[in-house]
Amino acid sequence: MENVLLTIVTFLPLAGATLLLAIRKDNLKAIRLLALSTATATFLLSLPLFFHFEASTPGMQFEQLVTWIPSIGVNYHVGIDGISLFLVLLTTFLTPITILSSWNSIDRRVKEYFIFLLLLETGMLGVFVALDLFLFYVFWEVMLVPMYFLIGVWGGERRIYAAVKFFLYTMTGSVLMLVAIIALYFFNGGTTFDYLTILSNVQTGKLILTVTEQSWLFLAFFIAFAIKVPLFPFHTWLPDAHVEAPTAGSVILAGVLLKMGTYGMVRFCLPLFSEATLEWTPWINGLAVVGIIYGALVAMVQTDIKRLVAYSSVSHLGFVVLGIFAVNQQGMEGAIYQMLNHGISTGALFLIVGMIYDRRHTRLIQEFGGLATSLPVFSTLFMIVTLSSIGLPLLNGFVGEFLVLLGAFKANVTYTVFATSGIILSAVYMLWMYQRVVFGEVTNERNKGLPDLSLREKFILVPMTLLIIWMGVYSQTFLRKMDSSVSQLLSRFQSTAVVLKK
Amino acid sequence: MPESIAFEIQQILPDIILSLVGIFILVAGPFVSKAKQSSLGLIGLVGVIAASLATANLVGNDGNYFSGMIIVDHFSIFFRFTFLLISGLTILSSLDYLKRQNLNLSEYYSLILFATVGMNLMAASNELIMVFLGLETLSISSYILLGVKRTDPKSNESALKYFLLGSFSSAFLLYGIALAYGATKTTNLEFIAKRILSGSADMRLIYVAMALMFVGFGFKVATVPFHVWTPDVYEGAPTPITAFMSVGPKAAGFAIFMRVFWVALPTTYEKWVTPIWVSAVLTMTLGNVVAIVQNNIKRMLAYSSIAHAGYILVAFASGRDDGVAAVLFYTLAYAFMNIGAFTIVALISRENERKINLDDYAGIGFRQPLLAASLSLFLLSLAGIPLTAGFAGKFFIFRAAIESHFIWLAIVGVINSVVSVYYYSRIIVIMYMKESPEEYVPVSISPGTGLVLCLATFGILQLGIYPDLLISLARVSVFNYR
Repeated sequence: MENVLLTIVTFLPLAGATLLLAIRKDNLKAIRLLALSTATATFLLSLPLFFHFEASTPGMQFEQLVTWIPSIGVNYHVGIDGISLFLVLLTTFLTPITILSSWNSIDRRVKEYFIFLLLLETGMLGVFVALDLFLFYVFWEVMLVPMYFLIGVWGGERRIYAAVKFFLYTMTGSVLMLVAIIALYFFNGGTTFDYLTILSNVQTGKLILTVTEQSWLFLAFFIAFAIKVPLFPFHTWLPDAHVEAPTAGSVILAGVLLKMGTYGMVRFCLPLFSEATLEWTPWINGLAVVGIIYGALVAMVQTDIKRLVAYSSVSHLGFVVLGIFAVNQQGMEGAIYQMLNHGISTGALFLIVGMIYDRRHTRLIQEFGGLATSLPVFSTLFMIVTLSSIGLPLLNGFVGEFLVLLGAFKANVTYTVFATSGIILSAVYMLWMYQRVVFGEVTNERNKGLPDLSLREKFILVPMTLLIIWMGVYSQTFLRKMDSSVSQLLSRFQSTAVVLKK
Repeated sequence: MPESIAFEIQQILPDIILSLVGIFILVAGPFVSKAKQSSLGLIGLVGVIAASLATANLVGNDGNYFSGMIIVDHFSIFFRFTFLLISGLTILSSLDYLKRQNLNLSEYYSLILFATVGMNLMAASNELIMVFLGLETLSISSYILLGVKRTDPKSNESALKYFLLGSFSSAFLLYGIALAYGATKTTNLEFIAKRILSGSADMRLIYVAMALMFVGFGFKVATVPFHVWTPDVYEGAPTPITAFMSVGPKAAGFAIFMRVFWVALPTTYEKWVTPIWVSAVLTMTLGNVVAIVQNNIKRMLAYSSIAHAGYILVAFASGRDDGVAAVLFYTLAYAFMNIGAFTIVALISRENERKINLDDYAGIGFRQPLLAASLSLFLLSLAGIPLTAGFAGKFFIFRAAIESHFIWLAIVGVINSVVSVYYYSRIIVIMYMKESPEEYVPVSISPGTGLVLCLATFGILQLGIYPDLLISLARVSVFNYR
């Protein structure tokens, strides 16, 4: 029980941020180094979570439980299973990379920037490890604040609009979830916010909710998550936030924040409200398919690369939702795998857009062309990432999308047929964009003689590319660890859904 | 019960101390040179601390005193501490303010102490006449406090407006008290409840009395539609007094509002709960929506304080021990954040309160990082972001509402807090994300102000991160009813 590793990993960035406060404002080198080393140390410390993780144990591991607010039954309870493990790792992996990527591109208010970035990391990790509904909500909300500042202070031209929109949108969803959390707490007797306790009460029939009650609670949770994902039609905040955010902000947004929504669905909506899930699945899948196709079509006509990548996220996350609500082993594992893939591939795409932007200070596709001649290394890595985003076999995207479609096919053929067209469309918009940016004649004088990747930029992109290939070639490394957690979740789901049906 | 007179006096010792110190300051004022006026403030502060010690001494003396006029219970003691904290913080933040605004008025500090006596007596009254006496002691002191900037027409307007409307509402309250007396032949809250229960009271009169008292208390805590005085009065008042008015009299109003309705009129709960929740919905919504369009920060915070009264009404309506405990928690939490915010507003407004528009906050974020960070914390707490006192307070309120199946009321409440995020974050946006058009001259922070900000920050974080201590205390401080 006495396991503090998870707590250390979660709060190390916070400690780093506190230390940063003590450094003088103009000592940029020390600030950057401290931020980077904190994030790297967090990543290294999170590796034992992976290596010591028992693949055969379906339940929570590395658990820690401390009383926090006893008078209303709130505990500090953290732990991870095969589902959250990888999201924690994704977060700790992406953060040092984003810090590296902001090394030179952030040149004003550097100290505050890194403080917010590290605070954000603690917030995100907290969301994934929290096993108490109150604690979960606290992290879920608190995390908005640093993100709001990152977009609002260091963002592009319309940054304030984007930041406020992001904040209000996500907050609207989450306050309704708060009401649902409190209601669920009282349905359960009003003694504890502990997720595992409530879950086991649902399993054993101690907590029985009518379908109507379930539906309301389910919807309150689901809408909060759907806004975060974002599922069509709740997606309108996303393009603004992505385009205006600084590169690191976009990477974190796409890489981790969106996953919090899909993670929430897996963690809370399905196991707690199985009956309501079945009730609403057709609608949700319908929205997911609309999102897949709509996101792809809109991405196709974008003139700004960053906007294109942003809309592609809407499409990709549609797949994840489709996989989750297929409610079978393949679909669920595919969805979780796809969360990781999207985090890495789209994260890498945003980094690449950032690198182009650093060189030319524009992101319009028409400004580019023929980059392959002057930037060969860059173009190669860009190619790999592009292909991974499309879902080319032997790269990570393929595994996830394939599993999702397999699962979705079992659940509903019609939706799957439409969803598959999304993959074709993704090939269209990604390759078309790649072709216009990288191939052909150098049409713009200013693109001649641009420097290729620096050592720092290689340090950013190469690990991501390696991971893309590894996850595509030998997915077992990752899938093996999530198998038992996923199958336990599904068997629980089936059993409660059946119990209630009787 | 046969208590010795000395023991009875001990039950109002805090109020005696505050009154004596107040009178001393009043008398000593003319003999103190202008430069040393702030030493009078320090004497006031000592008085507050001594009164706190005397209040701590009340614990365990539960009972009725002075023929049932004064009650000592956990509820009143909790509120007494809240009021003493409020007046201590107000005095501290006024030390520097008065100097900067060139207001050398010794009576200022005495009036704060007298107002505190009024609030204390309101929380400790078990009887309608005492309610009225406490309320008037508070009101008369605040009429003067609002107008201390004698040469400023806005301050005059503020005082006059509050005076006229305040007397009007006091009349409503008094008429309600008279009718309640007529119906039950007593002004003691517990006896009123008993008479109603035994059926010996004329219920028609009771309902009219209830409605009139509802208006009177509604005015004091500024619920819609009795809120119209708030923005003008808050805007014109000296900023520390605005802070004081927005937390002190409001908390006292709620203390007595709850006690009268819960203790004297519990059997008519079904009748009065509807106006309470209707007024909760209106108060929250109007306060938050109108705050959005304000450009003057004092007016914005005035509307925000209307909205916060609405949240407290939600807990009031939910009517359980948890609801009352939530009110106790919230009024204290609200004191920390609002006094903190207004203290910074007072600092930034400079001489003669020139800079009170939102645009005056442009670019402060990185010029005065500590000041801006603490204002951001106060605003985030007002907005109810987790890990702040504001969130914990709202959480307890909505928890109480849901417990009593007022789920939709909780939903209206949380949606309102999203609306409030918009205008609170506007200030943060201006501080951090906009550049100031003119050269920004940093303001210096005096030790007194610094202490207020430190205490407020500490309070907000303490209540936000570890609310257990205070909520447990609040839960045992719920008064007895039914």
